[in-house]
Amino acid sequence: MTEGRVRPVVTAPAAVLSTVGAEVDPTSPEVVQLAADLVATMRVSPGCVGLAAPQVGVGVQVFAVDVTGHPKAVTTHGAFVLCNAKIVEASRWKAGREGCMSVPDLTGDVKRAGRVMVEAVAPGTGEPVTLSTDAFEARALQHEIDHCAGKLFLDRVAGAHAIYQRRVYL
Amino acid sequence: MHELAITVIGPDRTGIVADVAEALAEVGANLTDSTMTRLRGHFAMTLICTGAGVEAASLALEPLDGVTTTVREVSQADAATNGEPWVVSVHGADRLGIVAAVARVVAAEGGNITDLSTRLTGTLYVLIAEIDLPAGASEELAERLAVAGAELGVEVTLRPAESELL
Ligand SMILES: [Zn+2]
Repeated sequence: MTEGRVRPVVTAPAAVLSTVGAEVDPTSPEVVQLAADLVATMRVSPGCVGLAAPQVGVGVQVFAVDVTGHPKAVTTHGAFVLCNAKIVEASRWKAGREGCMSVPDLTGDVKRAGRVMVEAVAPGTGEPVTLSTDAFEARALQHEIDHCAGKLFLDRVAGAHAIYQRRVYL
Repeated sequence: MHELAITVIGPDRTGIVADVAEALAEVGANLTDSTMTRLRGHFAMTLICTGAGVEAASLALEPLDGVTTTVREVSQADAATNGEPWVVSVHGADRLGIVAAVARVVAAEGGNITDLSTRLTGTLYVLIAEIDLPAGASEELAERLAVAGAELGVEVTLRPAESELL
C-alpha cells in the first residue's frame, strides 16, 4: 500500500484547472503515488468529498471520491480512485448546489445526472471498472470527471443568479 | 400607463427593503418588477412601480437615511423577447475590460444580455450572462467568444439555457 502525501490544492484561476487532463497509464508508479496522494489530501480537507488530479496541479485524468456518510448520498462505494473515467450513461437530470475546493469562495446551482454509469480503470492494477451510482455520489463523479476535462462548475451554472458567495462561519 | 423606474443604492443594513417598500406603498406606488442584491456589502435595488408620480415617489424616498435614490418616469416597454436563451460563463484572472470585451462580442452577434452577474473573489473573476440570441447565431458567437477569451486569458463557455417546465 502506497502511503499518500498531502499535496497543496490549487485554486482558480490556475491554468491547470482549465486544461484537458491527459489519459494515464494506471499501473505507473507516479499514478499509484498520485492516487494515494489524492486520497490523503481529500482526507485532511474538511468537507471534501472528491478531489481530482488537476486540483493538486497535475493535468491528468485521475480523481478520488468519498461521499460516505453524506446526507445527500444514497448509493455509496466508499473511498475510491479512478483513472481515465468516462460517463457512459446519464439520466435523471436534476439541479443542485455544489462547491469546489479550487473555487473556495463560491457555490453554484448545476444540473447533473442523478444516475450515471462510469467506465474507468483502477490505479495500480489497471483493471477496468464499471460503476453505477446515483444521487450525491453521481454528482461527485460528474464534478470530478469535469475537472479531468478542464471544466469547473462555473462552466455549467444554470444562470446569472445561480452563483453564490459562500458564507463563512468562523 | 406610465411607470416609474427607481434605483436605491447604499450601505446595506437590516430593514432597508422594508423602509423602501413602505415609503413607496404610502404614496400608492405599486412595486411590479424589482430586483435587489448585495454587492460587496452595498445594498442595490432597482424596481419598476406604477400608481404614483415622480414627485410623490421621490419625496417618499428622500427621508431614507444614507441611500442614494433616483426616480424617473419611463414608458411601458415591450417585455417580449425574441431569440433563444443561452448562458455564457467566463472565469479567469481579474483584469480590466473583461465585461466590456465579452459584452461587445455578444452584441456584435445580435445577442441581448438579459441577466448578468459578476463576482471577484481573490484574483478570480467570474462572469455569468444570460443572453437572448438570434436563431443560428450560437456557433459563430462561440467562436468569437473563444477568440476573445484567448486574448483576455480567460475561460469562456456558451451553452443553451435550461428551461424545462415542470
Ligand atoms: Zn472541484
